Amino acid sequence: MSGQASMLKVKDLKVNYGGIEALKGISFDVEQGQIVTLIGANGAGKSTTLRAISGLVKTASGAINFLGRDIIPFNAQQVVAEGIAMVPEGRRVFDNLTVKENLKIGAYLRKDKEEIEAGIEDIYQRFPRLKEREWQLAGTLSGGEQQMLAVGRAMMARPKLLMMDEPSLGLAPLVVKDIFSIIRELKSEGITILLIEQNANAALRCADQAYVLETGRITMSGTGEALLADQRVRDAYLGSTAR
Amino acid sequence: MWNTVFPYILSGISVGGQYALIAIGYTMVYGILRLINFAHGDVFMVSGIIMVYMAASGAPLWLCIPLVLILTALIGFVIERVAYKPLRTAPRMSAMISAIGVSYTLQNLVLYITGGLNQIYPTIPWISDSVTLFGATTKVVTVVTPILTLILVVALVLLINHTKIGMAMRAVSRDFETSQLMGIKINSVISTTFVIGTFLAGVASLLYFTNYTTVIQTSGAMPGLKAFVAAVFGGIGSIPGAVIGAFIIGIAENIIKGLDIILFKAGIIPGPMGLATFSDAFTFALLIIILAVKPTGLFGEKTTDKV
Repeated sequence: MSGQASMLKVKDLKVNYGGIEALKGISFDVEQGQIVTLIGANGAGKSTTLRAISGLVKTASGAINFLGRDIIPFNAQQVVAEGIAMVPEGRRVFDNLTVKENLKIGAYLRKDKEEIEAGIEDIYQRFPRLKEREWQLAGTLSGGEQQMLAVGRAMMARPKLLMMDEPSLGLAPLVVKDIFSIIRELKSEGITILLIEQNANAALRCADQAYVLETGRITMSGTGEALLADQRVRDAYLGSTAR
Repeated sequence: MWNTVFPYILSGISVGGQYALIAIGYTMVYGILRLINFAHGDVFMVSGIIMVYMAASGAPLWLCIPLVLILTALIGFVIERVAYKPLRTAPRMSAMISAIGVSYTLQNLVLYITGGLNQIYPTIPWISDSVTLFGATTKVVTVVTPILTLILVVALVLLINHTKIGMAMRAVSRDFETSQLMGIKINSVISTTFVIGTFLAGVASLLYFTNYTTVIQTSGAMPGLKAFVAAVFGGIGSIPGAVIGAFIIGIAENIIKGLDIILFKAGIIPGPMGLATFSDAFTFALLIIILAVKPTGLFGEKTTDKV
């Protein structure tokens, strides 16, 4: 980790949702080229954190610094332009658009037409199933295919940081395996990933750095391996009662 | 028989085209905001009033027509920014009530300016001329309307299906938040939708008032309502649905207008029975039936609520 620059720095971030403090001042860093994961139970504030970074919710206080710039005042559109793309929870592909259009719309802010076409071909090489279904409406895809499309769509923005909100949620175990191997692959290509997961086991296994969120606070942090070995994490998130 | 019916079908197609151009505005706005823009018929009326005053100011018609269309589109833009955008996160009913408010505001504004008197619509050369078609005499506008309508609808469908802004409109109509995550400025997309919808209402107003020749503050109410029914009939949110619904309603209500004469000449009824009275009632009976039998209309989406 030493020698690497922090790509994203979140400091004392607070977010209120209708009078409730969803985030009570969290701080964490995402280093360039790493997979960083936030794990925690439902309602711990994981999604809120991503939504705050992506400009979808207003922050109450704190700082979000991306590549040296304060992005707190940015709206969602400006955050994308800065190089942060998101794979939203529940995939949220545009079911009334074709597979190809979904990829195109991921590159909405890009003007380089030819490179966009080349980018789409790259995505097709990575996910041949999407190529086969190029002209189908995204609504007709299976859950796993939709997740691949959602990842491909986010990649089309050519992000420096890719944020993924529960990419394994609601998918069959075999497909979950696929998704995590895709995440590792993306990392090996140099993409920085901020991953949110309820599937703590799988997330910690691929994470360089991990944080545990509990009711709006970060209660533990360490490398993925360290947290995997930590007894408190094992009891709370990886025990026999965990999913 | 055919000679008796044909003129009614012809004017039905023409009125249907005018309803279609208005109905597209309803259906597009509903598609993207899930809002019934009750002020839409009044924008159509205001467009007619602008034409009256602009022509009266002595400006040449070739200048008036594009200016009227631009101003109408601008009104649509301003209404959205002032009356609907601040209510984006409010319950849907709030925007609906705001729309009713805008509708009455426009009507009262026109009442104030015109004093509630019928305004004579300027005669636009060529399309106001008479023409004889298969033995039926009518204005050129009757023939021009359906052709122009189809050209505009095809252009609109191409825009929506094959351009970047069209793709963004489809995306925004499905999911605001994810659209934002793609970098789409949803407010500009919504504004574009209003501009297109009101522009088409402006075109409809040129055609409609050339045919009916007078404008008053309530002139937008009935055509607006009919177009709204057409949009619901076709399946609100669907552009082809709105267009087909509008033509069906236009033709049906005009045939009913001539039903007395048609049936009398065919020897079915002994004398006039005043059936024409039911031409408006037919449209609204149709609305009730479609809502009861197939609430999503002919081409409506199955899911009307956003996820």
